[in-house]
Amino acid sequence: MSAPVLEARGVTRVLPGPIPVTLVRDVNLAIEQGEFVSIVGPSGSGKSSLLYLFGLLDVPSEGQLFLQGRETSTLDDHELAHLRLEKLGFVFQFHFLLPEFDALTNIMVPMRRLGKMSHRAMRDHARGLLADFDLEEAADKRPGQLSGGMRQRVAVARALANDPLVILADEPTGNLDQKSGRNVFAIFEKLVDTMGTTVISVTHDEHLAALTQRRITIVDGVIDTDRKVNDGPARPGEPARPGLEI
Amino acid sequence: MPLALDIALTHLLTRKRQTAVSMLGVAMGVGFAIAMAGLMDGFQSYFVSKVIDVTPHIIMKDEFRSPPVQPAALRYSHGAFALRGVRPRDEIRGIRRAQSIVASLSRREGLAVAPSLEGQVFLRYGSKDVGASLIGIDPVRQRTVSNLERDLIAGSLDALKTSANGLIVGIDLARKLGVKMRDTVTAVSPAGVILKMKIVGIFRTGLINLDGSSAYALLKKVQVLQKRTNVINQINMRLKDADGARRVAAAIERRFRYRTESWQEANEGVLGVFVIQHAIMYATTGAILVVACFGIFNVISTIIFEKTRDIAILKSMGFEEADIRMIFLIEGIAVGILGSLLGWALGYALLQLLASVKFDVEGIVKLQGFVLNSTWVHYAVGTVAAMASAAFAAYLPARKAARLRPVDIIRGAA
Repeated sequence: MSAPVLEARGVTRVLPGPIPVTLVRDVNLAIEQGEFVSIVGPSGSGKSSLLYLFGLLDVPSEGQLFLQGRETSTLDDHELAHLRLEKLGFVFQFHFLLPEFDALTNIMVPMRRLGKMSHRAMRDHARGLLADFDLEEAADKRPGQLSGGMRQRVAVARALANDPLVILADEPTGNLDQKSGRNVFAIFEKLVDTMGTTVISVTHDEHLAALTQRRITIVDGVIDTDRKVNDGPARPGEPARPGLEI
Repeated sequence: MPLALDIALTHLLTRKRQTAVSMLGVAMGVGFAIAMAGLMDGFQSYFVSKVIDVTPHIIMKDEFRSPPVQPAALRYSHGAFALRGVRPRDEIRGIRRAQSIVASLSRREGLAVAPSLEGQVFLRYGSKDVGASLIGIDPVRQRTVSNLERDLIAGSLDALKTSANGLIVGIDLARKLGVKMRDTVTAVSPAGVILKMKIVGIFRTGLINLDGSSAYALLKKVQVLQKRTNVINQINMRLKDADGARRVAAAIERRFRYRTESWQEANEGVLGVFVIQHAIMYATTGAILVVACFGIFNVISTIIFEKTRDIAILKSMGFEEADIRMIFLIEGIAVGILGSLLGWALGYALLQLLASVKFDVEGIVKLQGFVLNSTWVHYAVGTVAAMASAAFAAYLPARKAARLRPVDIIRGAA
């Protein structure tokens, strides 16, 4: 069996300070390629923090993180940045599009940073992504001229620009109405089905979480339940994937 | 276009007004620097060229830099002693063995030599008494060491020889006395000799202290007037290469021991003022650029403050600290470049404006307006200074921006 795409072993993240705050405590979790995972939990439970750790935006205070079997917790800023660029795509609650640039240019930003394609190829690829998300008419519009749902779809398209292994989404539907939110999740589903992309999404919308194949519940920085859709009822108190612990 | 440049220029273009204001700050600094440098350089090089042009480059005088060594000092060279009541010898002052010194100096390559006797006299015309420095010259030799003949506005140098007791005076001296050509004035020397002299020439050099208090006559006449027959007290020299005067003067002084002054030494006071002028110019321009720096710092800080979310997403997409820093450094440098270009235009315009101003000044030289001397060096120095300060002003906020942690911002924004 090949290594899981993302794996955490005993990961703890403590915010230092006069009163240290533990965001994530001793998390053991493995996510396989092509899984569609939702992380749910009450606000402040540490679900976003876990996502940032997986997304290499934050480094664990203790424990190890692996991306495709390669340990990432020891890498420096430069290597982490490169891994994020090449292998990961982010979608946040807020679209975070560059407001001065039109949608097409926004989608091209990660490609230009990576610089592996000709300018023409980048443009074609970006147009293809816009077409995939039914956004052709948005190509030359700036984020300010787009609706919330369209902006978020542009943001998803940008996350996909470098054909990432994993899409990490942090409350991607938090600012959207229900229809647009479902739309975004439908896009994720399609990605998982057709491209084999791994999607990890933090959400507090139970209806949307129900659409995913695997639901991880976090409470107080600890994995409470980890349930695959076909696994039957949750098994509270048990470690997420006991078989993977070393 | 590289991505960082694209983003940087877009940031500036979407803030045209702020960018323009900070650009104007830089432009002011560069523009004023260029104009002031042109003004000062113009005046200074005008003065120097005037001095080199009008006066001898090196003057040997009948004095020594250090007093003669006392015999006691030779006897007790390692001890301390006190001498009381030492009285300088009474002797006729002047350069001794002047003929042989002149002959020896004349053999040097690229050196023109003319002996003279300078002394104070009173010139009296009607009821006016004006003190003047009367210089006795040999017209033939004098031609080789100064441009006196060219500076004559009336009369001629040869008229000193052709007329008995001829006198050439500076234009301001002539005005003070109220004399015209061919008027006869009375010269009274400290030695008590009185001589009637006829104005046979009037000169104007543009150097106030020469035009206002100098007069020339034949060497023989001045020797008679001062009762110093066959004495000279100055040897004037002119070099092909005026810049080397300091070195040549030192060599001559080592050889003949008489105090020998180069034009640089003689004008040290004024040249020292020029150094101070330069310092003031750099300080003023520097101050303007510091203000410009604050403008750049401000606009870049504002952009960064507004763009924290963009920075966060760029970093999450794989931009590194250096990439982020580069974006904002480019913005600062772009403001610097555009500001400098605008500053060139401003500086050029100011110089044109100054050049069109006409007025009379009488300071150390006479002028009818500003003398301007602008070279590409002024433009280059202004630009380099502006770019350096722009880069510095941008670097501080850029470094801060580069250190932003995307997690902190995303947490805050959500």
